[in-house]
Amino acid sequence: LGHGAGGRLSAELLDTLVLPALTPGSTTATGPLEDAAVLPGDDGLVLTTDGFVVSPLFFPGGDIGALAVHGTVNDLAMRGAQPLALTVALVVEEGLRLSELGAVLASLGAAARDAGVPVVAGDTKVVNRGQADKLFITTTGVGRRVAGLSPSAAHARPGDAVLLSGPIGAHGTAVLSVRENLGFVSDVVSDTRPLHRLVRELAPLGADVHALRDPTRGGLAASLNEIARDSRVQVEIDERVLPVPAPVAAACDLLGLDPLHVANEGCLVAFVGRDSAARALRLMRSLPEGAHAVRIGEVTEGPPGRVVLRTLVGARRIVDLPLGEQLPRIC
Amino acid sequence: MAGDRAAVGGREAWRVEVSGTVQGVGFRPFVYRTATALGLDGWVRNVDGHVLAAAAGTPGGLREFVARCRDQAPPLAVVAEVTVGQLDPGAVVPGSGFAVLDSVGAGEPSVREVPVDAAVCAECLRELFDPADRRHRYPFTNCTACGPRATVITDLPYDRERTTMRDFPLCAACAAQYADPQDRRFHAEPLACPDCGPRLSWWSPASTRGGEEALRAAVRALIDGAVVAVKGVGGYQLVCDATSDRAVAGLRRRKRRPDKPFAVLVPDLDAALRLARLGDAERALLASAARPVTLVPARGRSSGVAAGVHPGTGRVGVLLPASPLHHLLSRDVGRPLVCTSGNLAGEPIVIDDAEARERLGPVADGFLGHDRAIHSRCDDSVVCATDRGVLTVRRARGYAPAPLRLPLPSPVPLVAVGAQLKHTFTLVSGDRAVIGPHLGDLQDAGTADAFERAYGQLSRLCRIDPQVVVHDLHPGYLSTQWAARWPAGRRVAVQHHHAHVAACAAEHGLPGPFVGVALDGLGFGDDGTLWGGEVLVCDLAGYRRAGRFATAPLPGGAAAVRAPGRMALGYLLGAEDLGSPAADPALVDAYASGLGDGEARAVREVVERGVNCPRASSAGRLFDAAASILGLRHRVSYEGQAAVALEAAAGDLRPEPLPWRLVRAADGVWVYDPLPTLTALLRGSADGVPVPCLAAAFHSAVALATAGLVERAVAEGAPGPVCLSGGCFQNLRLLDEVSGRLRGAGLRVLVGRAVPPNDGGVSFGQAAVAAARLGRETP
Ligand SMILES: [Fe+3]
Ligand SMILES: [Mg+2]
Ligand SMILES: [Zn+2]
Ligand SMILES: [Zn+2]
Repeated sequence: LGHGAGGRLSAELLDTLVLPALTPGSTTATGPLEDAAVLPGDDGLVLTTDGFVVSPLFFPGGDIGALAVHGTVNDLAMRGAQPLALTVALVVEEGLRLSELGAVLASLGAAARDAGVPVVAGDTKVVNRGQADKLFITTTGVGRRVAGLSPSAAHARPGDAVLLSGPIGAHGTAVLSVRENLGFVSDVVSDTRPLHRLVRELAPLGADVHALRDPTRGGLAASLNEIARDSRVQVEIDERVLPVPAPVAAACDLLGLDPLHVANEGCLVAFVGRDSAARALRLMRSLPEGAHAVRIGEVTEGPPGRVVLRTLVGARRIVDLPLGEQLPRIC
Repeated sequence: MAGDRAAVGGREAWRVEVSGTVQGVGFRPFVYRTATALGLDGWVRNVDGHVLAAAAGTPGGLREFVARCRDQAPPLAVVAEVTVGQLDPGAVVPGSGFAVLDSVGAGEPSVREVPVDAAVCAECLRELFDPADRRHRYPFTNCTACGPRATVITDLPYDRERTTMRDFPLCAACAAQYADPQDRRFHAEPLACPDCGPRLSWWSPASTRGGEEALRAAVRALIDGAVVAVKGVGGYQLVCDATSDRAVAGLRRRKRRPDKPFAVLVPDLDAALRLARLGDAERALLASAARPVTLVPARGRSSGVAAGVHPGTGRVGVLLPASPLHHLLSRDVGRPLVCTSGNLAGEPIVIDDAEARERLGPVADGFLGHDRAIHSRCDDSVVCATDRGVLTVRRARGYAPAPLRLPLPSPVPLVAVGAQLKHTFTLVSGDRAVIGPHLGDLQDAGTADAFERAYGQLSRLCRIDPQVVVHDLHPGYLSTQWAARWPAGRRVAVQHHHAHVAACAAEHGLPGPFVGVALDGLGFGDDGTLWGGEVLVCDLAGYRRAGRFATAPLPGGAAAVRAPGRMALGYLLGAEDLGSPAADPALVDAYASGLGDGEARAVREVVERGVNCPRASSAGRLFDAAASILGLRHRVSYEGQAAVALEAAAGDLRPEPLPWRLVRAADGVWVYDPLPTLTALLRGSADGVPVPCLAAAFHSAVALATAGLVERAVAEGAPGPVCLSGGCFQNLRLLDEVSGRLRGAGLRVLVGRAVPPNDGGVSFGQAAVAAARLGRETP
């Protein structure tokens, strides 16, 4: 199974195995895949669940505990919701040092408090050595939608501005560099943080906020491709304005990684009506987590589902989902 | 048969059907002249893609008529088949004479051939420069023996109204020529003259001009060192003075093409001889109707061409004028001209006037255009001559989309969608395979659009409605993803290198079995790893991997492809362990210090930890590594650049080969272990052995190892001839050494001629494989 990197292979796994099993008989009727689901029978309540596995447990800028809170809060936020409550289930591998577990839980608690969301229930299981990799966390979150916001990956429209709340590439690079002990990567710190306040700030734009996505696994490339596919539009972004911090760019260059494919945990991409773009940027920039928000592109005429990058030299490159591994396409 | 009536008065009527490339090549006028000369009555017309005639006369006359149709066809025609049937003699009225009738469309569906574009013929050329001729200096003159075809045809059968010339009603003089069966321009569909035909236009920020004035403005701009976008036969070209360092450097900067060689346009063979050393084969290629860019040995400094035209290689691409416009331009400027595709790197060549202004605006100082629309995009072709025949590097204008035959027909119509770079697609109906013109890098959005457009156009023109799509195994190729939209039951996947060698076998009419040697950059293997130095025991339907090059990590995946320096460290630090002693760490350190501290350190770390380091058994990457170890190139700006530098460095030297080893791997596959070759290179380099000598010795080692892999496979029972393919065989020294060695061992060696050995040939190979497989499944 090489399906882990949030790219084409994981999409395949989802399409061919997971979804057909869970939504029998509705293969054509399933809507777009969203970060979180609106509860059947109450379109104000939003529900999400996420499993967190990260090696190592601690990395520059964060740890698995903070990630478990942020990831879930952000998934709710991408449907326009503020978090109401979380539940947390731990699978602990025998042999994990108690001090490490304690540090993760303290961080998790702090992250929840900081996000203003209570952890209302939990579960802990300890399994034998080798049956888990140190610690797995499953977080479930319930949220309530901000009045007027109902973003969906299927709602992007031609003419929309594509906004990015902050720089990309840091989280994945930071985790990789500590996991592989890459001495040449320095000064790269994960961007993990909650984004629900940023979304709440966009409330005045209401229905003009068409789509929101936090580009985690698979990076910005995956998020844009999903929105382009589900909204049946072409998305064009501009390399010249794409914020990639210099240390991230340098590390990606040496590693042969495309920053567009690298995971993030603290930024979001927003598709908003063209006329609301300037205001949306202003609102985002009023908060620290959106201080570096920029307009990176727009929805244009073109083949539905296609994402195009206007490069520094003016070429128009098709931005694809990353493969499981960075396999060169060059012959 | 019509019984006794057929013989009444010794007179018979025959139905003669001629298929092949018979439209757009003056075939009907030829039939008319032949029939008239033999005193036959009847008619001839275009029906779909072929020519149909009814002829009546004596049996002897008719037999002669059929023989001449087969054997004396006009130069651009390719007669595939002549079928003869009897008609009721009453069908043709005796003494009615011979007529050329209008084309008819609706016949039974068959593969329709699109005639290809042809360079100006001798007669038209003479008129072009004859002050007394009414087409004197007219840039759009043509006749049945020459002119635009595939690029202006909008539908078949081939008639003026189904070309982009329909917008130009004929003047009385042209109409008379068009209607006169004795005239060279009889039914010359794109026929034109200054009174009724297309007109030149010049546009620059400073001025706009028309007609002869436009040409003069362009000539002046070129003499002044400007870059001019010229609307050529199959798309815009970028042109500048090839003798001016400044003009060439400016074009390189603006086109963002730092190193890749430019082609040079010269007016005639004499001028070509001043630039390059030409053998008979080269002269023939240069002057052929396809007028390809021909890669030839440059004369060096004495050629007068700026050093920036073909940096890093002793070979220069030369072409002679393909159209009257190019004749006028190159004669009037009186200097060799750089003539390169009108696009930015990776994009498709521009064909639309408005798009040209937009896309090429930042590159060109002025635009020499005209009002004849280009319907189908077709870049210039690129070929070179080898000891034993032509090698096609890029199959486009003048060659595409003429069909090739497959040894095993496909039971269903299909489309093979090729690879990713140098993209082409191939349509198949029965045993006919139509390769679309070279398009470029599919990752470019414009190229992807050009592919969709060309696919739609060509499948409609040839009337092939594919029921099956054939694609590469690489999940990341955009061609594979395009194919993935088809229903699963109608998709066939073909391994990249099997496609490469099958292309060669199919072109030579070989259904198999054969031994395929693919020396290539990278392609997806059937085991999920990357391949590229492969010996396959095959037939068209299948293969077994019998030999391969050793694997090495690609530090940073695609990043390693752009940086041969990374690749060299990948080999020196992480090559597959086959029992050879590792490279001397002190020498590796010394080499690595030349790469820049950050990169060397990073590569060491990622190789040690296996981070983003896919492994590949690639011959192309091995050449990259060798070029970097020799200090020739640590980074490249175009595909194959390092190998080109290595080949150029080797010159004509014939030193002792560097050491090499073949090892049998656990799975029984023979493996070339290049570590001894590379460590010898590293040591030789440190010891001050001249680079040319090492470069030549490296080529020989790889060639011997490759031949050794083949010989082992043959010794173990692999049958048949050896098909060489893959991008590395554009390296003529390697091609020569590998094939020479194999021939010396008594093996028959085949190399692709019309189909490129690089990825431009992959779609044709995919088509051949799919046809064989589907044919086997369908009883
Ligand atoms: Fe290839
Ligand atoms: Mg998520
Ligand atoms: Zn002519
Ligand atoms: Zn005329």
